[in-house]
Formats: sequence, C-alpha cells, structure tokens
Amino acid sequence: MDALLAHRLQFAFTITYHYLFPQLTIGLGLLIVVLKTMGLRGDTVANEAARFWIKVFGLGFVLGVVTGIPLEFQFGTNWARFSEAAGGVIGQTLAMEGVFAFFLESSFLYLLLFGEKRLGPKLHWLSAVMVWLGSWLSGYFIVCTNAFMQHPVGHRVREDGVIVLESLGAFLTNPWAFAQYAHTMIGAAVTGAFVMAGIGAFYLLSGRHVPHAKKFLQVATITGALASLAAAFPTGDIQAKMVVEHQPVTFAAMEGHFETDEGVGLILIGQPNMETMTLDNPVVIPKVLSFMTHQRWDARIAGLTEFEPELWPDNIPLLYYAYHVMVGLGTIFIAIMAAAAFLLRGGRLFRARWLLWTLFLAIPFPFIANTAGWMTAELGRQPWLIHNLMRTADGYSDNVSSGNVLFTLLGFMGLYALLSLLFVSLALKIIGRGPSSTSESG
Amino acid sequence: MLADVWYVLLAGMLAVYVILDGFDLGAGMLHLFVAKTNAERNVVLRSIGPVWDGNEVWLLAAGGTMILAFPMLYARAFSGFYLPLMIVLWFLVFRALGIELRHHVDHPLWRQFWDVAFSLSSLLLTIFFGAALGNVVRGVAMNDAGVFFAPLWTNFRVDPEPGVLDWYTLIVALNATVAVAMHGATWIGWRATGDVQRRCGALLSPLWTATLVLTAVTTVATYFVQPQMGHNLQSTLTWWLAPGLAVAGLLGLRLFTRREQRRAAFFSSCAFLVGMLGSAAAAIFPFVLPARDATQGLTIAQAATEPYGLQVALYWWVPGVLLAIAYFTFNYRNLPKRLSATDSDLH
Repeated sequence: MDALLAHRLQFAFTITYHYLFPQLTIGLGLLIVVLKTMGLRGDTVANEAARFWIKVFGLGFVLGVVTGIPLEFQFGTNWARFSEAAGGVIGQTLAMEGVFAFFLESSFLYLLLFGEKRLGPKLHWLSAVMVWLGSWLSGYFIVCTNAFMQHPVGHRVREDGVIVLESLGAFLTNPWAFAQYAHTMIGAAVTGAFVMAGIGAFYLLSGRHVPHAKKFLQVATITGALASLAAAFPTGDIQAKMVVEHQPVTFAAMEGHFETDEGVGLILIGQPNMETMTLDNPVVIPKVLSFMTHQRWDARIAGLTEFEPELWPDNIPLLYYAYHVMVGLGTIFIAIMAAAAFLLRGGRLFRARWLLWTLFLAIPFPFIANTAGWMTAELGRQPWLIHNLMRTADGYSDNVSSGNVLFTLLGFMGLYALLSLLFVSLALKIIGRGPSSTSESG
Repeated sequence: MLADVWYVLLAGMLAVYVILDGFDLGAGMLHLFVAKTNAERNVVLRSIGPVWDGNEVWLLAAGGTMILAFPMLYARAFSGFYLPLMIVLWFLVFRALGIELRHHVDHPLWRQFWDVAFSLSSLLLTIFFGAALGNVVRGVAMNDAGVFFAPLWTNFRVDPEPGVLDWYTLIVALNATVAVAMHGATWIGWRATGDVQRRCGALLSPLWTATLVLTAVTTVATYFVQPQMGHNLQSTLTWWLAPGLAVAGLLGLRLFTRREQRRAAFFSSCAFLVGMLGSAAAAIFPFVLPARDATQGLTIAQAATEPYGLQVALYWWVPGVLLAIAYFTFNYRNLPKRLSATDSDLH
C-alpha cells in the first residue's frame, strides 16, 4: 500500500467519524440554550425537555472528545511535514482552541450535566450558555485552521519553504473562514434540529411523553426551518461564490462541468464519466448555474478541461457526488422543515402522521449531508494540502511507513466500531427512558 | 530569548498537566485497590469526576502550544514516536469511557468492566508517559536530517538506536508510575473519608519508599545514559532549584503524612512532581529533543517559529491561560469536600 494513501485514509476515516458527534453537540448546544431560556421564564416542560437533551448532549460530547484528541495528534504523527512547514501559522488557532474553547467547555460541562440542583436555575442556564459558547468557539478555531488550508492568508513563505505567520489579524479574519464557519455551524444546527424533531415525532407517534414531544417539535421545527434555509441562502451561496472565485478548478469538478461554456445549466443528476469527459444521463436546468454564480444567464464558466490535469482534484466523481448529495439533501430539508414549521400553527403538525413519520425517518440524513459537505470541502481542496502552497503528497510523515499506518488505522476501525455500539445502545437507552422520568441527578 | 520564554511556558503547562491529571491517573491506578464496594468506588470517581476532563485539557492545550511555538519539535517528535502515541490515544479513549459511561447502566457487570478498563488504562498511560519522558532525556536516534522513527522496542539496551522501551526508559516509567500512584493516594486521602481514606494512607508509606529508591536509581542511571545532563545541571546554580524542590517535596510528603496534614501532603507531592519535571527540563536545555549523539539534537532555537508568531501569541495566550486558571479555581473550590461512601447523592 502506498504510504500517502494510508495516511490519507486514516485521517479521512478518523475525522469523518469524529464529526458525526460535534455536529450533534454544536447543534444541540444551541437548542439547549433555547430550551433553558424558556425554562428560566417559567416554562417547566421546556426545562424538563432541556434536562433530557443535556443527557444526549453529554453522551455525544464524550464521544466527540475521545474521537477528537486523535485528530490533534495526527497533525504531528501523520502529517509531520505539513506541521513542520505550517505549524507556525495553524498552531495559533490549534492552541487557541485548547486555551479558549476546551478549557471553557470542560470546566462547565460537569456543572451542566450534574449541577442543576446545586447551582439553581440561573447558574445552570449560565453553564448551558458557556458550554454552547465553548463549542461554537472551538468550531471557529478549527474552521479557521481549515480555511487557511483552503485559502491561505496572513502568511509569508520563507526561502527554505517554511510558511510563517505575518499577520495574526489577517489569518484570523480570513474571509473564507467567515463563510465556511457560518455554513458549518448552520449545518450543525440543522442536525441538532432534525434529531430533536425526529425524537419528538417518535414520541408523538407512539403516544408517549406527549407534552415534551410537542415542545421538542415546536423548538426544533422553527430552528430547523430557519437553519435549513440559511444553509442554502445566504451561507451556502456565499461559500459557493468563494469557491468560484478562488478555486475555479474545484468548482468545475464539483459541478461536473467539463467544457468551458456560456449559459451553463445546473446539473441535478448525472454520472461523471472520466473516460469521455462527459456527464452520463444528465438532468439539467438550462442556464441556471451561470445565473446563480454570476447573476447573468449567459455568463461564462470555466470547465475542467481549461485547466492542467495536475491541478484537478484527484477524485472528481466522489467530489461531484458528495457535493450533489449535500445540495440535494439540503433542498429536501428546507421542504420538510418549512412544511413542519408551517403546520405548527394550530397544532396541525401534531396530528399530521405522515409528516411526523417523515421527521422521524429523516434523523440520519443531516449527518450524511454534513459529512458530504466536508467531503466536498476536503476533496475539493486536492491535490493541495494548502491551496497553491503545498501538495498533499508533500505533507505526510515520510518517516512513518504504510505498514505502521495500516496497523493504527485498523486499530481505530476496531475501536470506533466499539464506540458506535456503545453510543447507539446508550442513546437508545436514554431515548427509551424519555424526558418525564429523568431526574436531574441522573 | 523569546523562544526560551516559550520553552518555560510549555514546560510549565506540561508540569500543570502532570500534577492535575497525575492525581486522577493515580486515583485510576489505585481505584480497584482502595475502593471495594460500589459506594466506595463512587467516592473515588466523585473526587475526580468534575475535574478530570479539564485536567486532561492541559495536555491538549500543551500540544497546541507546542505546534504553535515549536512546529519542528511537534512534527519530529510526534511522527518519530508514532506507535507509542497512537497507543496512548487508545488508552485515553478507554479511560474517558471508563469514567463517563460507568453510570449510564445500572448493572454490576457493566460497572466492573469499566472500573477495570479505567484502572488498566490509567496504569498503562502512566507507564507510557513515563517512558516518553525517559526517551526525551535519553535522546533519540536522529538521522542527518534530524528525523527519526522509534520502534516500540529493540533489544532493551540503550544502544545508538534504542527502542521506545529499553532498560533506562523502563526504569523511568516505573519511577513515574510509583510517583503518580503516590500522588493519587495523597489526593484521595485528602478528599475522601472512612475506609477509602484509610487504605490510601496505608499505601502511602510503601509508595513513598519505592519512589525514593527509584528516584535515586533513575538519577544514577541518567548520569550513565546521558552524561551531559548532569553537566547541564552543575553548570548553573539556578538549575539546582528544581532538584531541590523535588527533594523538599519528597521530605515534606513524609512529614505531613505522619502528621496527617493531608492537604499539605498533596501539595508536597505536587512539589515533588514539578521538581522532577523541572529537573528534566533544565537538564535537556538548550535542547527540546536531544539525540543519542550529543553533537546532534534539536535545540530550542532551531525548533522555534519566527519571533513575530511567538510575540503575538503571548498577547492572547497569557490572558487565555489566566482565564482558564480562573475556571479551574472556581471548579476546585466547589468540589465536594470530605466524600463519604454513605452519601446518597451519587454525583
């Protein structure tokens, strides 16, 4: 096995698995603050609902922490040449994440989980806010690190190839980071909202915990409708325009757009054929892509063949599918959540069994959409590790052989299989018990 | 100069990590022995439950600080110690699960599994951390480009190309394990009451003697393995502060244990650990990663990033860490005092 492939597979596997949990806790963190705020104003059911979701949050948080630590380590263990070249820049945000976010989260998490009786309502609400703040700060620092890899700013390249920091301000206010951060956090809010709404729908369908279930649906469908919309517009739109501007090759590959043309259509479905450089079985809406990217129906968009093949992402079909899965699911999310939020009026949602079933069965899909979104960002960045500065093939630890990486990759797979079993069985146990029987001390 | 400041800050962070996570690692190792019933095990876990996660964050924050200030060190050391670090990661996972998942299912077998997982992973983690310290002091087998890849073990001799585990690093690992177990015993002894406290007190005396003997053995062995370390320590009088602190801590621990002044005993143990780490940090100076060949090795100046990055990071790092210290002070002040196995509140 090629060492580069082994290093890439391990990082891809561990980060993909990890991000199933933070997207849940980042989203739920926000929703818990909403519920706790309602509780503080005297809504007892909302406070009991918050108590239930804090348990789910706590379980997700543990899994997020234990699968997150390997990622920080892997910058050094598996991507040593990248860390050595760029650590002086990205080390700033990686260290900030530890100092500003992890200390904050870890200090208030236990109080949030177990401190309600001792702290009283106001301080417990504050703990929820602090943990939420910590997780959203953490998100910024890590997205800012990724944004440097997508669109490097605030740096200088020394003659020996080392990339050093020239302006911390420019690095931290990377326009790419703002767009990507907003899109990522909104994506996590979508996940949190779908999970909360889905569990609420499940309880209503099975006729259990009805007052709490209605509270879940009320908070989650409104949040979910707003977040699903915001994921597409404005955040997804801004993000796509940044890709058009700064990574035109990636944009062409994502869209499955092979030949440069004017008045380019939007591809809904189709299979990229890399032999003929065409799209098989295409379903296209004419001229829409040109309009969406440039606000002109006949705007010119560069196709893949306009660029040198060594600048192309190395897995174009996968990138294309990841992007289309994200966009397709995102569109469906808007429809589901808008319908649910609309039917909230007069409580019609609570009687609409077809929609409750839909919400319940939709739970896994935002996880898929968020994963597909990150795959789009990361596959789209290829062949670069840092866009236009360092190739992925030049960044891995060449002193760590593929056999050693395969050993640890298999180890992670076995370990994470165990984690999945534990998470699923414990989450089902929490859901089985439900909100009304929860006592605060657990 | 600026790089030296970061060397001290990084060493300081690691020292804080060792005294904080050290007591919960030590508590983990002793968990099965000092607490027999479920109620007693809850006493041990409640003494560390609210703080262990935050304690571990010092390791993560130190990792972040290392890549920030010394990217070359981060890259070389983490890739060179690839296998032991990955194994450390797996133990970290099990340990976290052991503490956090134990209370999710009310079944004796479930609890027993996680109690053993927590205890074993605490023990093995400490052994690996001790061996890691031994590796840094002993030096690694760098090639001309300054890169290395350490096998887990070779023939257990301190060769020009030794493995991660050799007789020297095993001695350091054993020393660390005994010292951390002692540290954990002082913590539980301070926070708990009843049988748990009594059992910790009974363990302290043999652990103290073992720590004393092993520390002496490690010191002598270090002179054989890395003669220039002793030279570094002798060259400047100020560097004697750290070994002096270690000796004072060890003596204080004995004295305060006899007088049953448990808080002072715990802080003496902290002083001992800080003194030992400080001695190691002073001994390898000006290197951050010494090589087996004394003419090679990665120095602070080589490993550090440019002055701008080091300078600007101080402006946020110092307030950030002060803020963290404020959270920690709040949390430690609110820890339950005098934990008893007869309490009904399990958290």
